[in-house]
Amino acid sequence: MKIRLALATATVALLAASAAQAGTITFNSMASDPGPRSAMETLIEQFEAENPDITVELNTFDHEAYKTALRNWLTSSSPPDVVTWFAGERMNAFAGRGLFADVTDVWNDNGLFDVMSSSSSALAYEGEQYGVPYTYYQWGVYYRTDIFEENGIEVPETFDDLVAACGTLREAGIAPVTIGTKFLWTAAGWFDYLNLRTNGLEYHLGLMSGEIPYTDDGVRATMANWQRLIDAECYIDDHSAYSWQEAIPFLTQGEAAMYLIGNFITPFFPEDSMDNYGFFQFPIIDESVGIYEDAPIDTLHIPANAENQEDARRFLAFMSQANILTDMNEALNQLPPNSESQVPDNRFLEAGFEMLSAADGIAQFYDRDTDPEMARAGMEGFQEFMVNPDRLDDILERLDRTRQRIFR
Amino acid sequence: MAASPIPREHRRAAFWFLLPALIMFTVYVIYPILQSFWISFHEWDGLTDTMEWVGLRNYEDLLFWDDDFWTAIINNVWWLIFYLLAPLFGLIMALFLNQTVRGIRIAKSLFFFPFVISQVVVGLVFSWFYDPSFGLLNEVVGFFGIPTISLLSSERWVTFAIIAAGLWPQTAYCMILYLTGLNNINPEQIEAARIDGAKRFKLYWHVIRPQLSPATFLAIVVTVIGALRSFDLVAIMTNGGPYGSSSVLAFKMYEEAIFNFRVGYGASIAVVLFLIMAVYITFFLTRMLQQERSGG
Amino acid sequence: MYPTPIEKFGPGTRRTYNVALWVVLVLWLLPLLAVMLTSIRSLEDISTGNYWGWPTDFLLIENYTEIFEATPLGRYLLNSVMITIPTVLGVLILSTMAGFALAIYKIKLGFFVFAMFIAGNFIPFQILMIPVKNLTEALGMYDTMPGLIMFHIAFQSGFAVLFMRNFIKALPHELIEAARVEGANEFQIFWYVVVPLVRPAIAAMAVLVFTFIWNDYFWAIVLVQSDNAQPITAGIQSLRGQWVASWQLISAGSVVAALPPVAMFFLMQKHFIAGLTMGATKG
Repeated sequence: MKIRLALATATVALLAASAAQAGTITFNSMASDPGPRSAMETLIEQFEAENPDITVELNTFDHEAYKTALRNWLTSSSPPDVVTWFAGERMNAFAGRGLFADVTDVWNDNGLFDVMSSSSSALAYEGEQYGVPYTYYQWGVYYRTDIFEENGIEVPETFDDLVAACGTLREAGIAPVTIGTKFLWTAAGWFDYLNLRTNGLEYHLGLMSGEIPYTDDGVRATMANWQRLIDAECYIDDHSAYSWQEAIPFLTQGEAAMYLIGNFITPFFPEDSMDNYGFFQFPIIDESVGIYEDAPIDTLHIPANAENQEDARRFLAFMSQANILTDMNEALNQLPPNSESQVPDNRFLEAGFEMLSAADGIAQFYDRDTDPEMARAGMEGFQEFMVNPDRLDDILERLDRTRQRIFR
Repeated sequence: MAASPIPREHRRAAFWFLLPALIMFTVYVIYPILQSFWISFHEWDGLTDTMEWVGLRNYEDLLFWDDDFWTAIINNVWWLIFYLLAPLFGLIMALFLNQTVRGIRIAKSLFFFPFVISQVVVGLVFSWFYDPSFGLLNEVVGFFGIPTISLLSSERWVTFAIIAAGLWPQTAYCMILYLTGLNNINPEQIEAARIDGAKRFKLYWHVIRPQLSPATFLAIVVTVIGALRSFDLVAIMTNGGPYGSSSVLAFKMYEEAIFNFRVGYGASIAVVLFLIMAVYITFFLTRMLQQERSGG
Repeated sequence: MYPTPIEKFGPGTRRTYNVALWVVLVLWLLPLLAVMLTSIRSLEDISTGNYWGWPTDFLLIENYTEIFEATPLGRYLLNSVMITIPTVLGVLILSTMAGFALAIYKIKLGFFVFAMFIAGNFIPFQILMIPVKNLTEALGMYDTMPGLIMFHIAFQSGFAVLFMRNFIKALPHELIEAARVEGANEFQIFWYVVVPLVRPAIAAMAVLVFTFIWNDYFWAIVLVQSDNAQPITAGIQSLRGQWVASWQLISAGSVVAALPPVAMFFLMQKHFIAGLTMGATKG
């Protein structure tokens, strides 16, 4: 494996040496939390040491702002040379408009189809690869083991268990589930899981691609399950006032017991009481439905108009190497998408890795699997449903009108 | 006098003095406005070069199919109505501050403070103030035994909570306008009125108020513009939420054009907002024209 | 003077006024005081929920050093200066010239041009976003400070022309006539007669435009992308997303961002008030 890597690196280096002179690549990143940010910086230093003829200029942006800004950059005449983004429909929106460069050559030259086979389809658009993955992570329920113990609650395996746990916690004066829906997407996590567990992956993807109406009975079944959670007062009050981070203190201060979120939450758990936190898979609703999970992939892309395509490709190749991805995900506290990398030594990640390996299928995430505009309307609808469940019919009808317009 | 012929050299001088500003303004403001009108008749994602002519369909969708549009327009009306409290509060504060005690100068500048800082900071501060779990507002109402309220996540109150945040700097602005207005008042007239025995309110109504009317006019104009342009605070404090209930036209336009790749649709919202604004612009221009005539 | 000067009341009223003045002021500025206090708090205070009480530790130097060392705040600050100053100069030059032309000469379409400036200035500026971005790119100025500066100059000149025109219009016309009689040409009249007289208005405009541009956020994220050109408002907002739990640092950054316009206002206050009085009340 070492040899192959060395070979790959050598090939890339040779290619580059024949082509470009000393170059600069601009790299816009949304890895803005302190840990991921410094991980990026360290890797860039390493890249520059190995490629003295290239300088990387890193710009880091806040997540929410980045999502808006990216399309501005991509359509400009001088976009950055490398950008971070998301796999799936989110990528397709730009790939389909010719804004991301086709990097199938990077996949071929570095043998990525072998080591990254599990994520290759999420980065493919009409048969070509439009980016490389650098990290992925599981979603699931993070919870306070100590609170569960105190109240005699077992880890819920079925949906009924979960609803029952909500009741027990409420009686104990604890909010069962914390969530911050100000930026909407956290609510979509609940929808994804409820829908995947109720209707399965194929149905879910049909809904995502606009083939199934939001007024369908399947969706209604999903929403009826959601209704049970709302009736059991599972969620904290005023969740639409908080961002996902602002909802964390409810968990860490023991006012709430669970949080359905991605693994990126774990660095926020206090060091000294780390033992009080656990992770469990979203409970089973219907035994006859396969077990599917959300596991979003974060990716690197080269804008189609980027000036320094050559050096950007070298950077992508560098960032796809097994050992680099091991280091990076160690620091990111997430899972490396290269099958030859090491999964970080961390119980949350190990649990997640095991869970995802055993899954019957993987979804990206609601706002990565469906059209961006549909995603926004849908997530707004979910947020409204969580606050006003009695408006369900209105919401579903509105979503379906939006679906019909977008996918017409 | 108005009909006297214009000397040629004056015309030429006027031309050259106007030209730079005119070019810049035409290129960066006038032309883009027209372009926005043009775009509003198209379906365009803003990413590719293909624009599809759809005639009035964007407007049709807006008026008949989009509930959020009506939410936004109603919110803009609330903004207009309640933002106009700023001139009133500004006047009260100006009357309170128009004294010559020690330290009044520094006090006046400190009162003006909120106007000088950016809306990003104002939005941030008020988000903390309203926070249901630790915000000062809830500590205060909790003291009086009122249960916790979460203004920013209540579809009923959220817009008013944001307006209240906006009133803070806006009141400071109007206060300064009134302070300068009060400074300009002819002291002899006041003395004369006082000698005539005019008392507080009567004095204000008949002597002070007319002299403050230019300040009032300006305060109202800047406040109306501020209300119709409101965007920053909404974007920073709630991002239009919960579920779009605090959206305003400017935010909705931004959201459609940026998040939803519907640039043509966004442009049609911009046009609607522009037409509303045009009413005020006409009002302002008419009034100025009148002043121009009467003032000679 | 109106209302009746407080000196004419009894000592009791006077004392009450003096106390009330400062109490109201503290209440008025309470939100800002909270930000300042937060900016010197420790992280422990924040994580234990001590947002409004007295800080347990005063970390004035630590927090403000950290914000400059751990984030590109210094760079943002410099960018803001490099964007704001040329904009202020550009607006002043353009608007004084145009205001002069519109106030002094009776041109046929004068009022129409003037109306256009006002109207353009009142529009919801978000409407310009897509066309202006396309234009900036076509000019090769996307993600550069000049791109941002050009737009700001153009847009601000709407308000500024209105302001300067009214101010110049209020000047005694005889001065200009007298200069003409003495044989001064139009440029000399502008430069030697009008410009010295409108200095207070220029100073006031400078403060106003400085404040508006310094605080701009919208255009900063539309026309600029990299840390090398981003002004401090965009920088702060991005820090806010990046340092979510570290409110003491965001507060410190906000205070830093607010300081220059505040300082500007205090330094130029006399001109500011004077300019507003003469220029704006003619409205």
